[in-house]
Amino acid sequence: MKARVFVTLKNGVLDPQGKAIGHALNGLGFGSVGEVRQGKVIDLELSETDAAKAQSALKEMCEKLLANTVIEKYEIELK
Amino acid sequence: MKSAVIVFPASNCDRDAATALEQITGNKTAMVWHQDSELPDVDLVVLPGGFSYGDYLRCGAMANQSKIMGEIKAHAAKGGAVLGICNGFQVLTESGLLPGVLMRNAGLKFVCKPVALNVEETQSAFTRKYDKGQTITLPVAHGEGNYYADAATLDRLDGDGRVMFRYQNNPNGSARNIAGILNEKRNVLGLMPHPERVVDPLNGGTDGRGLFQSLIETLS
Repeated sequence: MKARVFVTLKNGVLDPQGKAIGHALNGLGFGSVGEVRQGKVIDLELSETDAAKAQSALKEMCEKLLANTVIEKYEIELK
Repeated sequence: MKSAVIVFPASNCDRDAATALEQITGNKTAMVWHQDSELPDVDLVVLPGGFSYGDYLRCGAMANQSKIMGEIKAHAAKGGAVLGICNGFQVLTESGLLPGVLMRNAGLKFVCKPVALNVEETQSAFTRKYDKGQTITLPVAHGEGNYYADAATLDRLDGDGRVMFRYQNNPNGSARNIAGILNEKRNVLGLMPHPERVVDPLNGGTDGRGLFQSLIETLS
């Protein structure tokens, strides 16, 4: 089973990297770009075949390591 | 005062910390490898500056998973002193021993320069040899020193007198100019500036000595 985890900053947490990317895109002439927020994508391969078990294990992984929940939120996608 | 410095892969201020401690205490400092499962019998544990595990995932996130961290948490729970400098501060927030998190500097640049700090509180094992409100100059060297916590946590830190050091000119966007904080039990300090780099006049200053002398007076 494969999983993809998206880790992004919570709403309201300042994202200076996102801001810099936005400025750079504006500088390249993409004037329609407003706010930009960036984050991480983590792809995992799991030996687990039960989707519910995989989902709960992934949630634990996010809470314990993959995200720092003080500032980050996460989304799990199972494939 | 007996002390230990934890060595993670890519710690790079571990020997500076040990040299400072040995110079001031006159005692040998134990160097403890991150995979060790036991701490020697010490009064103070130092988590040094550097780039533990290459800052992979998040600064301090991997170091927090290392074997020795369980021992460090137990040492802190017993009331033992823990000092986290720079990357050590990042490890302490990742481990939950200190609240909040250190984010990418607001200016996105690595900042490496001496900075002026206010000593905010002297009621602690780490700052009692300084004067309240005293200005000290310590070097900073970090890309992720932008302290962040929610407003309730910041209010609690302020209300409890747990903000030990504040930047006079904020170099990284840190909330409320915070440079260093204590835990609730006041035995764990994390700070971004490097006191261990300014204990010898040959290195351009001695403003860091007060922190180590405070610890000696408290712990010896």
